Amino acid sequence: MLEPAAEPAADSSTATRVIAVILKTQHLPPAAVTIDSTFEELKIDSLDGINIVFAIEEEFSIEIPDDQAKLIRTVRDVADGVDKLLAAQSAAAV
Amino acid sequence: MSRRVAITGIGTISALGLNRHDFWTSLRNGVTGITPLTGYKPGTFKFPNGAEARNFDPLTVLDPKDAGFLDRFAQMGIAAAIEAIDDSGIQWTRALQEQTAIVTGSALGGKYSEDEGYRQLYEQKLSRFNPMSIPKAMMNALTSRISMHYGITGPGWTVSTACSSSNHAIGQAFEQVRYGHAELAIAGGTDAPFTQGVLRAWEALRVVSPTTCCPFSRDRDGLILGEGAAILILEPLDAALARGATIYCELAGFGMSSDAHHITQPSPEGAARAMRLALRNSNLDTANIGYINAHGTGTLANDSSETAAIRMVFGAHADRLAVSSTKSMHGHALGAAGALEAAATALSLHHGTLPPTINFTIAGDDCDLDYVPNTARTIYVEAALSNSFAFGGLNAVLVFRSRSI
Repeated sequence: MLEPAAEPAADSSTATRVIAVILKTQHLPPAAVTIDSTFEELKIDSLDGINIVFAIEEEFSIEIPDDQAKLIRTVRDVADGVDKLLAAQSAAAV
Repeated sequence: MSRRVAITGIGTISALGLNRHDFWTSLRNGVTGITPLTGYKPGTFKFPNGAEARNFDPLTVLDPKDAGFLDRFAQMGIAAAIEAIDDSGIQWTRALQEQTAIVTGSALGGKYSEDEGYRQLYEQKLSRFNPMSIPKAMMNALTSRISMHYGITGPGWTVSTACSSSNHAIGQAFEQVRYGHAELAIAGGTDAPFTQGVLRAWEALRVVSPTTCCPFSRDRDGLILGEGAAILILEPLDAALARGATIYCELAGFGMSSDAHHITQPSPEGAARAMRLALRNSNLDTANIGYINAHGTGTLANDSSETAAIRMVFGAHADRLAVSSTKSMHGHALGAAGALEAAATALSLHHGTLPPTINFTIAGDDCDLDYVPNTARTIYVEAALSNSFAFGGLNAVLVFRSRSI
């Protein structure tokens, strides 16, 4: 199952990039992560989570506030959060 | 309670190879590990050479994710620990895991992570640090990694006393086993100093040789920095005999002193007191000692001071001692120096061959001992010392007793 049946909440290009970052930081094989994966399933602990947040910030040139970083539990949480931050960023730039 | 303590496992990563066998073969054959520094253009530093653990690949012992949590010093350290534990043939039980102590030494900690973080901070004006910087840089990273790797739940800590770090670590681990606080100890040290920041700092101190390391020679002009790690497995002699372990030698004594003198200049009196205390602690006499693995950095100050200290302690017997500096081959590995030299000394007693001081030309002024010049010597000795004298005047000396004679 590569694509979830439900409508993708996150922009697919964001999701793809988020998944790529998680695969790389966690040294996981390509099919191991989908948009619906939870951090628990992926055995991502709090330190891993901090690494992923750092790498996501690099990838998207954004800053994820500490209070939001703490709430992340799934890959979809990351992708949705990134989209919101990017939208806020482009709104601020207008 | 006081027990005899055996060394039953050795692991080394150094400029003399990535395992114990290559380390010993190079020492026995007087082969140098000192070569032009890789990773820097020629002329970057006032000194061109170092003793690097070339081709060390952490992925031979760690998966990529675990390797990413460790700086180079801890990666080399866990590789040495795995080799030593495999060598010892120890079979883990829950009880043994609870009664094993881990004591490691490091002078520097994880400088690669720090150096890169500060470079980005100051040079690229980035305001973000890699989140792994703190756990990678901490000096106790190796002790913690060994504990997690083997499920060891006994006491663990890390000692940092510059160039004496791992002799202090091994000495304290020895006491844990000797006095019954632990049934096994994993002890040694590690350092990885070849970052630009660390090399610049050493350059500024003007003690690094622009040529090579030639301890005790008249034309010596400084130390050569080295990197690496060494780990010893210590256990009660009776337990080692009972399980039929290979015993390299006994660790028989440990002595410490402080110079109370100068932040970089050594004091012969301080070094001599550490050697005397180590001998007394081992219940051996000066006449029992046949070999000293010297601190022997190749600096003008150390080698004459150390020679004077040996004469103070050994008197006339000093002329019957063999003294060599294996730093002439594996460089000065700072917090790993004592551990590499403890490994060298244990292997020397075990094999009945004393490693040479290579690059030896003409003896320096005030250097008038038998330094085993340039060629190894085949001889079984009853007991040996290994000296470590740190900047800041903190001295630690280990005593080894042969099982071969």
